[in-house]
Amino acid sequence: MIEPTRDHYQDIRLFTARGSWIKLILLLVVLVSLPLLLPGYRVFTLNYMAVFVIVGLGMNVLVGYTGQVSLGHAGFLAIGAYTMVLLMTRLAVPFPLALVMAGFVSAFFGFLLGLPALRLAGPYLAIATLGFGLAVTQIIAHSALFGGHMGLVVPDATVGPFPLSGDVSKYYVIVGITFVLALGVRNLSVTRVGRAFRAISDSEIAAATMGVDVAYYKTLSFAVSAALTGVAGGLLALMTGFISPGVFTFTLSLMFLAMVVFGGLGSITGAVLGSIVMGYLNLEMDAFQELPVLGPALEGFSERFMSTVGLPNFGWVVTGMLIVFTILIEPRGLYGLWIRALDTTKRSKSTDADLSRSGPGAD
Amino acid sequence: MSFFAVDGLTMRFGGLTALDDVSFEVDRGMIFSIIGPNGSGKSTAFNCISGIYQPTAGKIYFEGEGISGLAPHHIARLGIARTFQNIELFSTETTIDNLMLGRHQHMHSGVWSGVAMLGRATSAAREETENRERVQWIIELLDLVRVRDRPVGELPYGTQKRVELARALAMEPKLLLVDEPSAGMNADERAEVAVRMRELRAELDVTILLIEHHVQLAIGLADRVLALNFGKPIAQGAPEEIRQHPEVIKAYLGDG
Repeated sequence: MIEPTRDHYQDIRLFTARGSWIKLILLLVVLVSLPLLLPGYRVFTLNYMAVFVIVGLGMNVLVGYTGQVSLGHAGFLAIGAYTMVLLMTRLAVPFPLALVMAGFVSAFFGFLLGLPALRLAGPYLAIATLGFGLAVTQIIAHSALFGGHMGLVVPDATVGPFPLSGDVSKYYVIVGITFVLALGVRNLSVTRVGRAFRAISDSEIAAATMGVDVAYYKTLSFAVSAALTGVAGGLLALMTGFISPGVFTFTLSLMFLAMVVFGGLGSITGAVLGSIVMGYLNLEMDAFQELPVLGPALEGFSERFMSTVGLPNFGWVVTGMLIVFTILIEPRGLYGLWIRALDTTKRSKSTDADLSRSGPGAD
Repeated sequence: MSFFAVDGLTMRFGGLTALDDVSFEVDRGMIFSIIGPNGSGKSTAFNCISGIYQPTAGKIYFEGEGISGLAPHHIARLGIARTFQNIELFSTETTIDNLMLGRHQHMHSGVWSGVAMLGRATSAAREETENRERVQWIIELLDLVRVRDRPVGELPYGTQKRVELARALAMEPKLLLVDEPSAGMNADERAEVAVRMRELRAELDVTILLIEHHVQLAIGLADRVLALNFGKPIAQGAPEEIRQHPEVIKAYLGDG
């Protein structure tokens, strides 16, 4: 059973099998061609989903890895968005630099919130972060610097000599950044810091006796999570062209938490899947209307029994039920369903996968 | 100054005295067993040594330095590793990832170098690869090759105990605290544990402090034994002395 020439890099490399390069190229082709194939207004939706994916990556680091629950991430989204816009308007900082700064400033606030979080766990931490999120929105809404309730218009952004005018050009910037950040978080998760993060949610005591400074890594995970969410905030400002406190609501924070649980806690794939679905539903709640048979039926039901508004209500009801049923069937969320599907197909292909692993074919 | 020493260690929880003025010394390279019936304070002693509990009174010295009052991660970095009676593994992680967590203190990659691990030659990737190579022999020594890439939560109990021991060894400790290595095991498995402990001592430069409920195993392995009952030290000495010590016999067979 001893494998004398094991290459230990294969454990952590991004593409373990030869086929995965092909999958990556396929994914890139799809991502690049998507805005060219879809009608213009759908590109806006894609941008919105990509922003959600970045937040999902950040939530996964905090909630999925270190097991700290946050109900205040809309606050970090706001900090990122306002930092970027104010730097661009007040100090004429170019967009790329302002976006990076948005990440750093948000990380700093994440670090600050992470300090009291050290003394709190479970529902107490959830309430503390909730308070943080609400406070950020309130401060923004009542301060002239941040434009108050009226909000701020986002100035035109350029990357070097290229203006980011339409949704399509913004799409390439946003999705490109999302892709790079997803790879970065994946790398982080397989190396030392990511391992320490995950150890903390499994067993704080065991992690500490392995030499992991639990307080440091808990705070660090807040900062990393907030940094990602801050960048997402900057990109949200870029794509919408306008920000106001009304955007960064408690409901949005709840949505952020829901999407990583729905996707599958602790898994990057899950966070991405959950964020894509929830981002889509958040913006396109009326998409249910377009479902054949079910759509009109639900709409009729909603109009008749639930309220005069009809549509938005049943959209939320269906979203809620979707979450409940997914978690009931598979606690690991969408990621769990995905793994199950893979297992089923793999098992039907070969029954002795374990034996072939250590055989001469494995490199 | 001895390699490891506990001096007057006392631990009270409210009105309960879990450890009452316990003192002992351990020389380098020894296997030192702490025995005692259930509730005699053995695990409490380990929790004090590894920094999980702050002792009510008393001092703990490691290589001449006082370590009582230090945080668990500081104590770990000094070279003290432990296992737990009720297995504290990272259950959703694979065996190799559990062992790699044991390498934490020997590694240096931070957030930036981790994120930027883009190829075999980057610093984080090199560090990962080197440390995975380093723990490979532990995986082979403890017969974990077949479960190397399996999540430990789905492994059988006995294997999990081995993974936990392997994880502690991956820290390259100078002092290894082993809490009930034979708990929940049958006679055959217990014999295997004994062989493994002797093997470890023979092959590694490690001092072992062993808590064991099973007296024969604990005494059979040890160079020196401390017996506790209701938190109080009742006997200390060479294995043969302890085996015949009237207090020890009374604690196990008599009214204890």
